[in-house]
Amino acid sequence: MKSTKPSAIIADIVKYVILIAGALFTLLPFVWMVLSSLKSANEIVQIPPTMIPKKFMFSNYAEAWAEAPFPRYFLNTVFIATVTTVGVLLTSILSAFAFSRLDFPGKKIIFSLFMATLMIPGEMLLITNFITITKLKWIDTYKAMIVPWLANVFYTYLLTQFFSSVPEALYLAAKVDKCSDLKFLFKIMVPMNKNAITTVAILSFIGSWNSFLWPLLVTNSTNMRVLSHGLVRFQSEAGTKYQLVMAASCILVVPIIIVYLFLRKYILEGMSYTGVKG
Amino acid sequence: MNRKSFKGYAYLAPVLVIMLVFTAYPLVKAIFMSFCENYSIINGSYKGINLENYKDLFDDKLFIRALGNTTLYVAFVVPLSVVISLIIANLLNSHIKFQGLFQTLYFLPYVTSVIAIGVVWRWIMNSNYGLLNYILGFFGVEPIGWLSDPKYSMTSLIIFAVWKSLAFNIMIFLAALQGISPDLYAAARVDSTPRLRVFFKITVPAMMPIIAYAFIMGIINAFKVYNEVFSLFNSKAGPVNNEAITIVYYIYDQFYNNYKYGIAAAGSVVLFLLIMLFTMIQRLPGRIKAKKEAAQK
Repeated sequence: MKSTKPSAIIADIVKYVILIAGALFTLLPFVWMVLSSLKSANEIVQIPPTMIPKKFMFSNYAEAWAEAPFPRYFLNTVFIATVTTVGVLLTSILSAFAFSRLDFPGKKIIFSLFMATLMIPGEMLLITNFITITKLKWIDTYKAMIVPWLANVFYTYLLTQFFSSVPEALYLAAKVDKCSDLKFLFKIMVPMNKNAITTVAILSFIGSWNSFLWPLLVTNSTNMRVLSHGLVRFQSEAGTKYQLVMAASCILVVPIIIVYLFLRKYILEGMSYTGVKG
Repeated sequence: MNRKSFKGYAYLAPVLVIMLVFTAYPLVKAIFMSFCENYSIINGSYKGINLENYKDLFDDKLFIRALGNTTLYVAFVVPLSVVISLIIANLLNSHIKFQGLFQTLYFLPYVTSVIAIGVVWRWIMNSNYGLLNYILGFFGVEPIGWLSDPKYSMTSLIIFAVWKSLAFNIMIFLAALQGISPDLYAAARVDSTPRLRVFFKITVPAMMPIIAYAFIMGIINAFKVYNEVFSLFNSKAGPVNNEAITIVYYIYDQFYNNYKYGIAAAGSVVLFLLIMLFTMIQRLPGRIKAKKEAAQK
């Protein structure tokens, strides 16, 4: 690639122009969100729009934070995402162990049925699940937003693949040493598959953090809202205070971007499994 | 492996119980409900078992519009997203500076909340103060009512959706490109084949399975579009009167706002069948290939 022919130079220029234009298009909403969130009430509706705020109004964040119960939304979201993630990890690890190491009647059929459920659109289940939650009198509870998500076929499948690649000899050796299955699972299997488990944890946390329709359906009171639901409500209520709406959007987006920037390796790894799945 | 025992079920129990209650039961129930005329969720009563809900569904102009809009959405978002992603992924895979930085930027939309970023797009597409009209103004374009003029509702939705869906496709394409054997390119380099020709003659054929996968996954996900509509049109399905309604939005509206459970269930069965159809299509090439290989042996 070290040729200096003019055609090669032009090709290189075109390449960078496309890449930079694409990157700008991708970044635009994020940059505009942050810039808009720092403008004053007058500047935000100025025509033509200014790019860089004349004065950085960090007070917008405090104002948005105080104008709607965002602290409560934030805590709800963190709580639900954390409990769901811990719970789904536990159930997925247990079931992945059963599928990869234990032999039991009907295993093949159950696994096939299990995988077949990946075809069902979750949207189809909303109606009945909403009725079930109502009948259980779980409307407006954390349970309603956590329990239905405590089983995940894709995560179970992913961990089953990883657990299966651990040599059988290790398991047999543990058996000889009279190590119980549970002990083997949590002392050997889990530490050996740290990376895969971390990937599942991050994907689950992000998924729960960004979820919207289900929390919207099963909550009525302001106290139980999550951030995404709260943001949509706030947008309707805040009217023309766009700068506050943008600050509120940042509150929802920035924590996940930070998670992404630090743990990107795991997310990308998880993504490549998703690609392989097909 | 030791003898078969029922111990496995103890490990599976939590997942099985939740799946039975929140996946298997609702699937059966939704199909059943879709055949119940005037289903009541209070006591589970219904007037009769028939096809009334399906008849009502296809007689409802709003559902037809939802089907049409969703099809339009699928037809534009998926091919646009796949083609653009393929180009970007290919460029990212060539020898460029700041490769890591570019990758990090391009993947960003994948992890961000559709709702939050939809709210931002709503602001960008604001007809008076929006950045988009301001930029277009430089090119002499008169201000467009992206979100207020019903004519542009679907266009705006498609722009937002393409933006959102690029990240996933770029990611899986890049992973696949990095997996192509360098030997495939070696011959081309010796012959100094033009880059575009290499792209179409070597890269694209080698990528065909993953491109097909991206297409089908894109179609399946696009059929389920909902959050994008909800956030872009501020909890509605369009500026005036449901101009951008989609199948899932229709289902949600029927059962949550109109309490028409039977019709909503019928709508969800239609969605299910559409998705099944495309899943089958996706699995087809694999089956054919397996049969061919089996025949060759």
